[in-house]
Amino acid sequence: MEPARPYAKPLPEITAESKPFWDACARHQLLVQKCRACGTVQYYPRGVCAACWSADVDWVPSSGRGRVYTFTVTHRTQARGFRDDLPYVLAWIELDEGVQAMSNIVGVDPAKISIGMPVRVTFDDVQEGLSIPKFTAA
Amino acid sequence: MTPQALIAGVHEFPERKTTKSVLEIQALSARAALEDAGLSKKDVDGYFTVAANPGIGPLPIVDYLNLTPRYIDGTTIGGSSFVAHVNHAAAAIAQGRCRVALITYGSTSRSSGIAVGTRERIAGDYLDQFEALYGTSTVGLYAMVARRHMHEYGTTSEQLAEIAVATRQHASLNPLALYRDPISVADVLKSPMISAPLHLLDCCVITDGGGALVVVHPDLARDLRKPPVRLLGSAEAIAHTSAGRRDFLVSAAAESGPRAFAEAGLSPRDVQMAMIYDSFTITVLVTLEDLGFCKKGQGGAFVSGGRITLGGELPINTDGGGLSSNHPGMRGIFLVIEAVKQLRGECGERQVRDCRVALVHGTGGALGNRHSGATLILGRS
Repeated sequence: MEPARPYAKPLPEITAESKPFWDACARHQLLVQKCRACGTVQYYPRGVCAACWSADVDWVPSSGRGRVYTFTVTHRTQARGFRDDLPYVLAWIELDEGVQAMSNIVGVDPAKISIGMPVRVTFDDVQEGLSIPKFTAA
Repeated sequence: MTPQALIAGVHEFPERKTTKSVLEIQALSARAALEDAGLSKKDVDGYFTVAANPGIGPLPIVDYLNLTPRYIDGTTIGGSSFVAHVNHAAAAIAQGRCRVALITYGSTSRSSGIAVGTRERIAGDYLDQFEALYGTSTVGLYAMVARRHMHEYGTTSEQLAEIAVATRQHASLNPLALYRDPISVADVLKSPMISAPLHLLDCCVITDGGGALVVVHPDLARDLRKPPVRLLGSAEAIAHTSAGRRDFLVSAAAESGPRAFAEAGLSPRDVQMAMIYDSFTITVLVTLEDLGFCKKGQGGAFVSGGRITLGGELPINTDGGGLSSNHPGMRGIFLVIEAVKQLRGECGERQVRDCRVALVHGTGGALGNRHSGATLILGRS
């Protein structure tokens, strides 16, 4: 068996504020947040509601489904670990919950990606207990 | 109308690759800008620069220059910072906090081998874990806006290339510009794809460089060596991811532009030339729309047919811009320097005829996640 290649790309620096998000990713579940005070759904997750600054924000599961809002096929980069993946796809995904998330689109020929294309979350298990949400064709 | 403040002196450090230090570049630029103004070191009582200086913001450079300012500002909002500094200097002058504000910039990006556009964009902050781990680069973040603009409005790579071609034509008239050989739309499209749909020639150059500005109280008008440029209107704004609901085709210029025009009591029709931050061709296209030079979505048609070239309806970036002349990482100061020279009629072969009002707009950060916008409306004496 070939040894698994170590993940050379940047890893998230997980803090108490983001730990619930990353713990859910490890279970292959994508979370967004919903404010208990004003009902606003937000992404990226944070300690306060971006709409009303209430600290009473709830973690809620995302369907993990959405559409490509925009994307770029990267041909040249100095980004650590990504040169082995050229060309790779950086994208903003519009989740069905109505919020945008930055991610990579993987497992799809970059030439076949278009704005509006349906996508679903897929998790890249990069380390024991650490999975990074990425997207692929739905 | 009474201007808020006057721009009395400017200087662009001429080298594109230097052996001088970041502090030395600023010292030489400061001296030359004060000479240009007819003022001297002892007149300076306000200091403005970015936190990207080595050390703690303005501290090392103020020490190096042996100055004792009574007003200090280290606002750092990306490439637009120095445009915002003019706005801040005017506010400080209006409040009586200082009378002669010195703004400086120095950078050795090229000689230090910094790949400004393609290096990984890690800020070291909380947001990295939701963005940087996906391989973000500056060019990638702008490319996503270009792709979306093409999707919504049918903008083409050829139209974006028109901006690079016009800018290079202007650079050919600037002896200091890094690249001066004319290019065609086909050349831009043939250049290597960096982050689709942006090609190499859609991206700004990487140089060393720096400069200085001297902004003064209107009372000092008669003490100056040259007719000063009047600050008629200024404004700034930040556009960001908006908690996940962002229209990435609308930039901060859509907020700062109208506020600056309102303050000046002018409209885009009154402007004879514009200095528009050109980190990438798409930056210019979106900014021109948001400033109201054309309707949203019509930027592609607007930049075509020679309209933004010298002799056209709205010449932009007459110094050759970041795309061809210089881009040490934060280009805002050069936008102000060229606009001031145009308003004074000092631009020789690249002079815009009868230039009475110029617009400056700086964009800092990235259109594709978060950025600042700072607009100035400048008038000749």
